[in-house]
Amino acid sequence: MIKTPYGHTVYAMAAEYPSAAALYEAAKRVRDAGFRRWDVYSPFPIHGMDDAMGLGKSWLSGWVLFGGISGLLTAAVVEFGPSSILYPVDVNGKPTNFFTVPAFFPIMFELTVLFAAFTAFFAWQIMNRLPRWNHPMFNWERFSRVTNDGFFLAIEARDPRFTEDSVRELLEQTGGQHITIVHED
Amino acid sequence: MDGAPAAAPERVKEAERQIAHVPLVLNRRNFSWLTERISEVVEQPAPRWWWVAFTITASTATFGLFCIGYQISTGVGTWGNQIPVGWAWDITNFVFWIGIGHAGTLISAILYLLRQKWRTSINRSAEAMTLFAVICAAIFPGIHVGRFWMAWYMAPIPNNWGIWQNFRSALMWDVFAVSTYFTVSVLFWYTGLVPDLATLRDRATTKIRKFLFGFFALGWRGANRHWRHYEMAYLLLAGISTPLVLSVHSVVSFDFATTVIPTWHTTIFPPYFVAGAIFGGFAMVLTLLLPARAIFKLQDVITPQHIDKMAKIILLTGSFVAYAYTMEFFVAWYSGNSFERFAFWNRVFGPYWWYWWLGMLFCNCLSPQLFWFRWCRRNILVVFFVAMCVNAGMWFERFIIIAGGLARDFLPSSWRVYHPTWVDIWTYIGTLGIFTSLFLLFIRFLPMIAMSEVKTAIPEADPHYDLPPDSVRSPGKERTR
Repeated sequence: MIKTPYGHTVYAMAAEYPSAAALYEAAKRVRDAGFRRWDVYSPFPIHGMDDAMGLGKSWLSGWVLFGGISGLLTAAVVEFGPSSILYPVDVNGKPTNFFTVPAFFPIMFELTVLFAAFTAFFAWQIMNRLPRWNHPMFNWERFSRVTNDGFFLAIEARDPRFTEDSVRELLEQTGGQHITIVHED
Repeated sequence: MDGAPAAAPERVKEAERQIAHVPLVLNRRNFSWLTERISEVVEQPAPRWWWVAFTITASTATFGLFCIGYQISTGVGTWGNQIPVGWAWDITNFVFWIGIGHAGTLISAILYLLRQKWRTSINRSAEAMTLFAVICAAIFPGIHVGRFWMAWYMAPIPNNWGIWQNFRSALMWDVFAVSTYFTVSVLFWYTGLVPDLATLRDRATTKIRKFLFGFFALGWRGANRHWRHYEMAYLLLAGISTPLVLSVHSVVSFDFATTVIPTWHTTIFPPYFVAGAIFGGFAMVLTLLLPARAIFKLQDVITPQHIDKMAKIILLTGSFVAYAYTMEFFVAWYSGNSFERFAFWNRVFGPYWWYWWLGMLFCNCLSPQLFWFRWCRRNILVVFFVAMCVNAGMWFERFIIIAGGLARDFLPSSWRVYHPTWVDIWTYIGTLGIFTSLFLLFIRFLPMIAMSEVKTAIPEADPHYDLPPDSVRSPGKERTR
């Protein structure tokens, strides 16, 4: 654990970049320098940044598929249970057997969508470890511009390759400005 | 033939310049201008016109709620509904409002999948419009059953005699379709809102704003490791909303198409209703956005190009609708079914003749045809006029389908013309009040344009945009997959 002379725990070393393009180029350099625990911050998703950071595809889609299938199965139970077993409704002598299943498709579809949507909604928060209202990055005053027009890159002190000098040099080389230490507390 | 001739690169460049896209944000506005202009609407004190407008709409809404209370406490007899016209203004209003919602989802989901970047300027307010329209729609199925306190029979649980719903009924499908539609729209809307709430949190000057925006922003900090999952979630929500929105109005149309009433019992209803829904919804988007754009000086974000494109969608879907109307008449004639033939003859020359001539023919079929002309699509007044025509026309269309079909059914002895009562009229006007009040509250308290999305539509957002010539491209290889 790295501490500053004033006793603050160091979370990361961070820099600001003037544009999305500069941040994108810097991210490729940091990726190639072999860092693992770092992130870039921007007001909007930058196209291609996942590759520039060396991140793969998000597997959130797997959870959503799972959610959708569970919605489909729920609908099957909710429809077949009452309408074929518990309380088959006799409408003008129409059949209630399995071959009436097309009449169940609309609700099966709706519940598939409903469950998939809830899964997507909660999965993006859980996978991002949100909500988290306090975060060391918020300790940096300049960082409040991240939701306006600021582009930031931070390399965490936890990264095995982190040394103050090497990281500062890398951030300087990539055109980072306002390079600073971000405190944990 | 291998590629373009090497000669005359200037001509190639010139041609490229001419086909280049018109920018989606005009006057080279930058990120902070967008943040400033859009957040400022929420941050400044409410202008006087807002209070005047809100007082009027909120009073209307309150009187509408009074009418609903009167109807619930007294009974459905306060409406003009009778036998044979058992569905009238109530279901007309339901279909009208739910249809309006469809444009919002089309803009937010289908245009997202089609990579239409112009949607970013209008998607937030269109989605808000969807939610408010569905709220208005959801009132009517609840109260038209007469015994409002038994509306829980619609939920998939056995009632007090252990009787279950008929899951094979189109009305039951509708309960699921509309409630799913509303829930998914809320989730999609809130997901899109989170980065913008973070913007307002970071700009907040008072403690209470900082707390509230901060709470609902979930601690969003724009990290790319977050954007990665977020964008996948957004893509998937768009992907599942696309079939959902097409299904909702299809299911609404099944409520009619699965019955035997002439003019209801047709197979073209699902696509016909979906096209009509998007048609009417885009008209409502324009009705709301044209004034908002002028009042809040958002002309650089909601540009003539945006209005032009929305007008083209109105032209397209309006022409679908006109085709469907024509096809209904053709099939009525071609089927040789005397009831069908009579019902359509009755639509044009029967007791509701002027609804057809004014609403369906003039407002829905003819007025959008103005949009074949660029001059009309670029003229705000013409666009607003057509949008208002379509708003009215789509209500007339639903009324004529519902009440027109019922008022002249199979037995001439049971024919009766429907007349609305004051409760009918004021319940409908009340929902207009609820809708506009909610929209006014929305533009006061939440960013009406998706800032984080509209920023991606300006050239500086491109990671390859205009690197200074002396900067060294990183030696790292481009990874593409």
